[in-house]
Amino acid sequence: MGRISRGFTGRRRTSVDPARVPPGQYVTDDFPVLSAGPTPHHPLDWWSFTIQGAVDEPVSWSWQEFQALPSETVTKDIHCVTKWSKLDTVWTGVSLDTLLDGVETSAEYVMASSDGGYTTNLPLEDITGGKAWVAYAYDGEPLEPEHGGPARLLVPHLYFWKSAKWVRGIELRTEDEPGFWEGYGYHNYGDPWLEQRYQGD
Amino acid sequence: MDALDGNAIAGLLFDVFGAEMTTATGVCGSCGASAVFAELTVYPRAPGTVARCRSCETVLMVFVARSEIVCADLRGLARFEPVS
Amino acid sequence: MARAALPRRLSWQLARVVELVDETSRTQSIVLEPPEWPGHRAGQHVDVRLTAEDGYQAERSYSIASAPEDDHLVLTVERLDDGEVSPYLAGELRPGDELELRGPIGGYFVWEAQLGGPLLLLAGGSGIVPLRAMLRHRAATGSTIAARLLYSSKSLADVIYRNELESLAADDEVDVRFTLTREQPEGWRGYRGRIDEELLRDIAWPPEERPLVYICGPTAFVEVAASVLVQLGHDAGRIKTERFGPTGR
Repeated sequence: MGRISRGFTGRRRTSVDPARVPPGQYVTDDFPVLSAGPTPHHPLDWWSFTIQGAVDEPVSWSWQEFQALPSETVTKDIHCVTKWSKLDTVWTGVSLDTLLDGVETSAEYVMASSDGGYTTNLPLEDITGGKAWVAYAYDGEPLEPEHGGPARLLVPHLYFWKSAKWVRGIELRTEDEPGFWEGYGYHNYGDPWLEQRYQGD
Repeated sequence: MDALDGNAIAGLLFDVFGAEMTTATGVCGSCGASAVFAELTVYPRAPGTVARCRSCETVLMVFVARSEIVCADLRGLARFEPVS
Repeated sequence: MARAALPRRLSWQLARVVELVDETSRTQSIVLEPPEWPGHRAGQHVDVRLTAEDGYQAERSYSIASAPEDDHLVLTVERLDDGEVSPYLAGELRPGDELELRGPIGGYFVWEAQLGGPLLLLAGGSGIVPLRAMLRHRAATGSTIAARLLYSSKSLADVIYRNELESLAADDEVDVRFTLTREQPEGWRGYRGRIDEELLRDIAWPPEERPLVYICGPTAFVEVAASVLVQLGHDAGRIKTERFGPTGR
């Protein structure tokens, strides 16, 4: 550890209920932008969200069709593996329960994929039961491209790399396979409360 | 968030390779483009650091720091030549 | 001649802050005395690391503003409103404090007189810092290599090292041109607006002169400048670029 820099505190908030802060995390009021690649920019009429894989038939929605689906506004805490947490973030989007309603599958896993090639894997049960959304608004405003707009996956109970920006669909799978960061050494599951940052944690 | 270039990770590259690497040349395993590491497109703020080919955007190198260890994945490079 | 490629360890050291100098209302130069400084080349940078009492750390890179020939190591930091590190460095830091840094780092974006010229330097905002080190080095070695600087800033008040650059220009040492992109003073006869083909056509040497080009600043500035120069016929192999992010690097 380096020598302490007199008077340096960074931008972190310290007056927070510790019960809301997973181990090793620092709470911030900012919303840092972290990316592994360029921000995609595509017209909305080009966008679609597709559920495919271990299903009888893929299901797909255009942007207009997606906007017509029942949506929810939720307030959640989010935790990035790079150690910042942001509390009480407000998102609007469509629950994965709504999207998966009527979809029959024997799959136990999903791979979410995004414009630009990003992927992340999750157990199917971690995106159902009110735990995940495809979010298209943040804080009441359309989601900005640098934060994953037009739409991103939102899975707040896991580290935020699982909340894939620029999400375009999920593939239901009977076998698990690591996504982008999981393939580079990050934890396959990513529970912030168990501090599952890296493989082997 | 705009991408930076290999200059921004000169220190990280030194940690990993044990030498100054911004003038090392890498060849993209996808499109064959050759460039010095300083000229790669770099995304430094992520769960890891990602260096992409400036021509085709293919991921060339990924660095993940895990406490005192840095894991370097160079599979995107067809080859690289260190500084002469 | 084969040189032993023994890796020099890039170690952290604690440099004492000697002095703080206001350059503009939002930039400050930090004059430092690192205990074991091996010397550096103009254009290189250092990594700076700050540690809070609870162990929280933040690390950033800053270009070295001083020439290898100068007495002290100098960094120039622009204080970003939403920055995490820059408000500390250019706001809280005091003479006598210790700053943890390592360097010098970088072997690509460097210039020394023996590399020749003519030298074309294009700076956007705080991108001026490593280029200023190059110009100071050039002056310190008494080099007569032709040098031209185009410096893009939002306004005259944002021009870092203004007096120093205007002196270089007045002494006919360096051809210094400014472009002000947001606000120009009354009677301003310099360039206006962002860098573009027309501006570069005006100030760049013709490609036949084969200048060594160094471009530094925000990514958008660097990419426009580099692509225009290549379109104008300059050899991409003689253009070196360094992109700064909004938060230092």
